Amino acid sequence: MVNLGSIDKIPLGQGICFIVEGKEIAIFRPRDGGLFAVQNKCPHRQGSLAEGVCDQNIVICPYHAHKFNLHTGMGSEGDEKIKVYQIKEEKGEILIEV
Amino acid sequence: MTHQKQKLVVIGNGMAGARVIEEILKRNRDFFSITLFGAEPYGNYNRIFLSNVLNGTQKAVDTIMNPLVWYQENAITLHTGLKAIKIDRQKKMVLGMPVKKGRVPYDRAATGLPDENLVSVPYDKIIIATGSAPFIPLIANYGVPGTFAFRTLDECAHIEAYAKSCHKAVVIGGGLLGLEAARGLMTHDVQVTVIEAASQLMGAQLDEESGRLLKSTIEAMGIKVLCSMVTEEIKTTEGKITNLVFKDGSTLETDMVVVSAGIRPLTDIAENSGLDIKRGILCNDQMQTNDSNIFAVGECVEHRGQLYGLVAPIWEQAGVLADVITKTNPRATYTGSKLGTKLKVMGVELVSLGEKNPRDERDEVIVYREPKRGIYQKLIIRDDQLVGAILLGAVEAGDYLMRLFKEGGFLPVKRTELLFGSKDVSSLSNVMDMPDSAQICNCNGVSKGQIHDAILNQGCSSVSKVGACNKAGLGCGSCKGLIAQLIEGYAGEVGYDPSEHYYVPDIPLEKSQLIAVIKEKKIKSVSDTFKILGDGPEHAPSKVGLASLLHSIWNQEYEDERDARFINDRVHANIQRDGTFSVVPRIYGGVTTADELIRIGTVAQKYNVPMVKITGGQRIDLLGVKKENLPHIWKDLGIPSGHAYTKAVRTVKSCVGTDFCRYGLGDSIRLAQEIERRFQGIESPHKIKMAVAGCPRNCSEAYVKDVGIVTVEGGKWEIYIGGAAGGCVRKGDLLVIVDTHEEVLKYVGRFIQYYREHAKYMERTYGFVERIGINRLQSILVQDELGICNRLDADIQKASDVYRDPWKQEAELPVYPQQFKGSELVKVLKEVVNNG
Ligand SMILES: Cc1cc2nc3c(=O)[nH]c(=O)nc-3n(C[C@H](O)[C@H](O)[C@H](O)COP(=O)(O)OP(=O)(O)OC[C@H]3O[C@@H](n4cnc5c(N)ncnc54)[C@H](O)[C@@H]3O)c2cc1C
Ligand code: HEM
Ligand code: SF4
Ligand code: FES
Repeated sequence: MVNLGSIDKIPLGQGICFIVEGKEIAIFRPRDGGLFAVQNKCPHRQGSLAEGVCDQNIVICPYHAHKFNLHTGMGSEGDEKIKVYQIKEEKGEILIEV
Repeated sequence: MTHQKQKLVVIGNGMAGARVIEEILKRNRDFFSITLFGAEPYGNYNRIFLSNVLNGTQKAVDTIMNPLVWYQENAITLHTGLKAIKIDRQKKMVLGMPVKKGRVPYDRAATGLPDENLVSVPYDKIIIATGSAPFIPLIANYGVPGTFAFRTLDECAHIEAYAKSCHKAVVIGGGLLGLEAARGLMTHDVQVTVIEAASQLMGAQLDEESGRLLKSTIEAMGIKVLCSMVTEEIKTTEGKITNLVFKDGSTLETDMVVVSAGIRPLTDIAENSGLDIKRGILCNDQMQTNDSNIFAVGECVEHRGQLYGLVAPIWEQAGVLADVITKTNPRATYTGSKLGTKLKVMGVELVSLGEKNPRDERDEVIVYREPKRGIYQKLIIRDDQLVGAILLGAVEAGDYLMRLFKEGGFLPVKRTELLFGSKDVSSLSNVMDMPDSAQICNCNGVSKGQIHDAILNQGCSSVSKVGACNKAGLGCGSCKGLIAQLIEGYAGEVGYDPSEHYYVPDIPLEKSQLIAVIKEKKIKSVSDTFKILGDGPEHAPSKVGLASLLHSIWNQEYEDERDARFINDRVHANIQRDGTFSVVPRIYGGVTTADELIRIGTVAQKYNVPMVKITGGQRIDLLGVKKENLPHIWKDLGIPSGHAYTKAVRTVKSCVGTDFCRYGLGDSIRLAQEIERRFQGIESPHKIKMAVAGCPRNCSEAYVKDVGIVTVEGGKWEIYIGGAAGGCVRKGDLLVIVDTHEEVLKYVGRFIQYYREHAKYMERTYGFVERIGINRLQSILVQDELGICNRLDADIQKASDVYRDPWKQEAELPVYPQQFKGSELVKVLKEVVNNG
């Protein structure tokens, strides 16, 4: 697991993009709890998902509003899916499996 | 009376083999006792869906079309993992052998020595449905770990597993399947390059120009494409692939290789048994080989010189063969299929029919191009018949052209009608006239009745919802148009759905009710709205709409939560296709000063702004700005935000009017500036663009703005609302004619406030004005029939009074400094041991 530092880096309810081992990973911290990590680039036209609006289930791509499930990676468009990474919070730090 | 059943042996448990058995059983359940050899270890699965399995959108089990119980229920003896190797035509026996562990089933050496575990099954009739094997061009070292073909479910699983340890992958072959494989790999987080030996992608379906267009579309998705490259060798170090070497000597780094360079019919069994073959197993119009007891169907067949690699012709062949072999119609004939393909390549829709290029100059060639949207359409007409078509990016005309192509109908004299013509009303009635049993989705075998049920009883109101319910439309996608027509056709039967009128999808209230409750309960933040009016937790699709509404109700009392804003509103700039942002400073009425221009120029130089462009709204746009630089740029500019990113009042264009123009009747510049200063940045359901013209010549295009003011003779001002000149073009409706600037400001404000309160989120004024009606709006806003005008005037005044320029605020004291950070580069210093 890789330690990404304090959870406070991510404003509540939003996502930010980390580059870990060359991979762009969007990490979200929904208001209603949970912590999610997915590939940052949208499979549609490479939109940056970290800039999207999210809740505890989905993120909406800021480019053309395709939606992606943060738990499973499944997209709203049937043939799109994003990669989901294992992530957890421990003593206020973000730990991710890459 | 029971008669002795004939013994039928089917070789190949794939799409064709299983389909022909289904067709036979449909005609006569008791004719044959059936034995089936299947080299793969599963029941028949839908090969078309392997692309979906690879890109992770479908589970392997969901591709199974005939589960093992299906064979039991139909008394079919199934030998899985058993390959038929020879037909002994004297003894009338089929000999089979198990496929060795770790071998792909189509490999010629997949079975053991000839005497090992031999199975023999007697037959009266045989159907060969062995399909094809992937074609592997001569590449040194193909076969080392990390090299794959893409044909079977097992291979899919192996590719997926291997990709986990890879950063880079190469797909050799830029045909349909290669591109699907590339897309699948991309979802496994590897960087993919497609190598094509020919000079263009999808040579079988596209001409050169559309091939080029597809290439750039695909590259925009993050996949690299190299054409005219012949791979000679795969290099490895310590058993791991390192790179490819091409014929021209150049190399490319990669960790894995998937080959998808075409297919070859699997004919070894026919060869071993003395049947006639050329490229495929030769069959006559009754799907019979040169042995009258042996038939063949599917990709392994060569019929009238033609090989097929798609399922539609296979379905036709299977129907004819079942008619013949069960004697339901012994004279049935298969005369070949006209190949029309409707496909979806990496999300790009494509229809390809017949010929790609004209034969000679007598052929009519019709081409329509729209490169910006990736659209290319080409028709080839010979002797007034459609002999070929390519539709890339826009395929609305596809069904109509497909019918003309297959049935050879008359072509309209005006050729444009082929592509854009009176879109064929008859097609709708056609689907509705089909019986419930008619199959709509051929890939997944979904009938019209099942789709009807999904629409009516499962509440599926979109093509994707129908697909989620019964998989219709999830294969090649070619039936999606029909499903959409069915949804439209049955819409009349679908009950009233109140949720259509909700302001946002997750709070069950219409806009006016929602506003009333929010005011009554004093709800001031988005998260509270979900807690108090929703089911508790937040719902992303509703957040942005609620944020806008709450802001316009409470103004500065609104409790801002950044996460509920769309990215543009978080950083006060417009996100661009490459993830950079654009900065548009406010230029009141389109009038600037030398001093402002110098500052804009200095900023553009200092921050290396890649493009400085005059916009359509009489302002200047700095494009390609990095997020990190935004606050610095605002500070250096010292000009307020132009709100080019918000759903809010944006710009007020003007013409020079009486200041300079010899036609001018009114001082359009000053009025435009007054309007813009008063209403700038006020949030609304959608953007509001305005203009003022000094006479009816309308140089500032005021007639086609959300709000447009035009001076007429006598110095009077006409106020137009609901105009549009974007994707929709509409001339605004005249609301009222007034004499003074003050009156203009009053009515414009009233209209804006009424629009803010009553329009749905994302409803532009042209839709809103049309929906409410100009007469109704005049009685509310001019005659004050509802007695609300004073309140509207006061509320818009309040919104105007509290307006603060967000750029100034954020440049001085950012609310969330992190918001403007770029991606954070994490250096992996400490690997935390996971002992949990
Ligand atoms: C990834 C992918 C995507 C595709 N997408 C589309 C699409 O969108 N639209 C479309 O129309 N077509 C598509 N196709 C093509 C379509 O799948 C084929 O045309 C179709 O599967 C051919 O059917 P078949 O029964 O002839 O061959 P197969 O489906 O290959 O079946 C043959 C079976 O016989 C077995 N077999 C072979 N030899 C023997 C033997 N001697 N003894 C026993 N068993 C044997 C094989 O292992 C195999 O299981 C796609 C193909 C692939 C690989
Ligand atoms: C003699 C009369 C007119 C004069 C002096 C005049 C002058 C101008 C000028 C100087 C411009 C700006 C050009 C530029 O930005 O490069 C302009 C733009 C324009 N004019 Fe005129 N014009 C006249 C008549 C008209 C008429 C009659 C119409 C419409 C019927 C019209 C429609 C336009 C439009 C649509 C634009 C473009 C606006 C934009 O770029 O945003 N003009 N005109
Ligand atoms: S609209 Fe009339 S007043 Fe304004 S610039 Fe054009 S011609 Fe002159
Ligand atoms: S890029 Fe994500 S929806 Fe288009």
